[in-house]
Amino acid sequence: MSSKDLRKGLWISLFVLPGLALVVSVILVPLFMSLFNSLFAWKQLLRQEYIGFDNFAKIFGTEPYRTRFFNALGNNLRWFVATMLVQNTLGLLFGYLLSRRIPGHGFFKRVIFIPVLFSIVAVGFLWGLYLKPTGLLNGFLRLMGHGELARAWLGQESIATFSIIAVNIWRWVGFPSLVFLAAIDNVPVDCLEAAHIEGAGEGRIFVRIILPLIVPAITVITILTIIGSLNVFEQIYTMTGLDGGPNFSTDAIGTLFYRTAFGSVDSGNPEIGIGSAIGVVIYVLTFGASILTLATMGSKEVEL
Amino acid sequence: MTTDLRFRGSRPARKALILLIELAFIAYALLIFYPLANMVLSSFKSTRDILRAPFSLPSSIDFANYAAVWIGKGFARYFLNSLWITAASMVLVLLLGSMAAYGVSRYRFRLSTLVYMIFLSGIMLPLKAAIIPLFIIMKKAGLMDNPFSVILIFAAMGLPSTVFILSGFMKSVPMDLDNAARIDGCSDWGIYWRIIMPVVAPAVSLVTIYNAVPIWNDFFFPLVFLQSDRWKTLPVGLTSFFGQYSTNWSLLFTGLSIAVLPVLFLYIFMSKYFIRGMTAGAVK
Repeated sequence: MSSKDLRKGLWISLFVLPGLALVVSVILVPLFMSLFNSLFAWKQLLRQEYIGFDNFAKIFGTEPYRTRFFNALGNNLRWFVATMLVQNTLGLLFGYLLSRRIPGHGFFKRVIFIPVLFSIVAVGFLWGLYLKPTGLLNGFLRLMGHGELARAWLGQESIATFSIIAVNIWRWVGFPSLVFLAAIDNVPVDCLEAAHIEGAGEGRIFVRIILPLIVPAITVITILTIIGSLNVFEQIYTMTGLDGGPNFSTDAIGTLFYRTAFGSVDSGNPEIGIGSAIGVVIYVLTFGASILTLATMGSKEVEL
Repeated sequence: MTTDLRFRGSRPARKALILLIELAFIAYALLIFYPLANMVLSSFKSTRDILRAPFSLPSSIDFANYAAVWIGKGFARYFLNSLWITAASMVLVLLLGSMAAYGVSRYRFRLSTLVYMIFLSGIMLPLKAAIIPLFIIMKKAGLMDNPFSVILIFAAMGLPSTVFILSGFMKSVPMDLDNAARIDGCSDWGIYWRIIMPVVAPAVSLVTIYNAVPIWNDFFFPLVFLQSDRWKTLPVGLTSFFGQYSTNWSLLFTGLSIAVLPVLFLYIFMSKYFIRGMTAGAVK
């Protein structure tokens, strides 16, 4: 190797290695440690014998893990579906209307983005107070003469999860809105004008021209929704507590994972083996669903 | 332009539609503003008044609550902790991230794609799922209840997106710039620091906001690693505060206002940067 190549190699190492070392040791090594740890029995923080996939078998087949796990996973699914249907559809609508430069669009754009900046913890606690039986929402309903609608929004098993999701939508809808707005603004004006001159109506232009051209933005938002829905934690922690109350009705994989890892589902002790297995399931689901979305949406992308 | 929905000069049916859309947006703006306004107003009311007359205005504006929460309940310390932990993490993210982006985008070498892929893999991996091994590692390294643990994790969390966004910008800078500087005797570090970094400065400001907001707001990692009160960040401090004073709504609303208002003020002056920065990863 010439001294010039050596110098170049040293410079590259100097630039790349510090960051690479940090990412490898904090992100990749723990990932493989999770895989490894999930195949062993654990006594507190001490690794015991190799047990193959027993930890996974326990999650999927042994009580109380099985009920807790599928109950939590069901809620993550509710998060995903409700977020896609309500938040992202609303975001698309907001983004579209803002792109049409309705009067006051600059102001509305800034306003819907405000809660995106706030911490989930602050938003969760704030709405947690408002949704209490004695809170602001019930007060408002009574003021409007609809006292019969007042209820314990976070205390009723059938609606608690959806109340938390609604709060999260309040916090986050500005994000997809502005991502869609940017995507629609990038659609070439000549395309829209040509369609307009050809006599295409607004609805037709939206469905046939705008929608196909913003598929990349839809893909990004879908993937972020998958990652977000599988990793909800703070929202539940602040509004219905670490146990996902009432009676586990708001429990999700994130809170179940935390309880398993740090203070537990069954025995009251941390269960590293089962916890690692749940962590691996989170990895696999997040990664698998994201790749699947990329693959299916990628084929729908159109080039101009 | 044909794509604008303008009120003036439209046909009546369209005017009605625009009016309806306007009303919907105004209603939504109220749905955002009112809960925030009520939060601030409630911080000046007694708990009894909050529960009895939730929509009433405070009878007087007295900052005693704020003084109590800011000093007596430790919010000043939580705030400062959040501030310096975010700043320290961001220094690492920006320095190491821009160096790595420079390395993978301005040099041709055999492993560059692999290195880039390793950085990128961090974008789609939920770091929370790795909390057990991270806990074990930090415990062994003696970094429990030490802010350094959280700073390292935040830095690693921010690197993938930083490398992704900055290397994209750096690739668009012509190589002639490097070559000319090299002929003038500039070292590789000099090219990175004095030539490329100033050119991509706007992208650096995007990346700063993109990472600083989630780091400032992060709850999970400080919750796990910082137990003692003197290291708690704002979100964790707010949580223990809510556990401790759960029935004193007057204090709770004050704590929330202290947590939320600084971000809101910053946003009012820099909304353009916040919007562009936060959506930087999702918008091309």
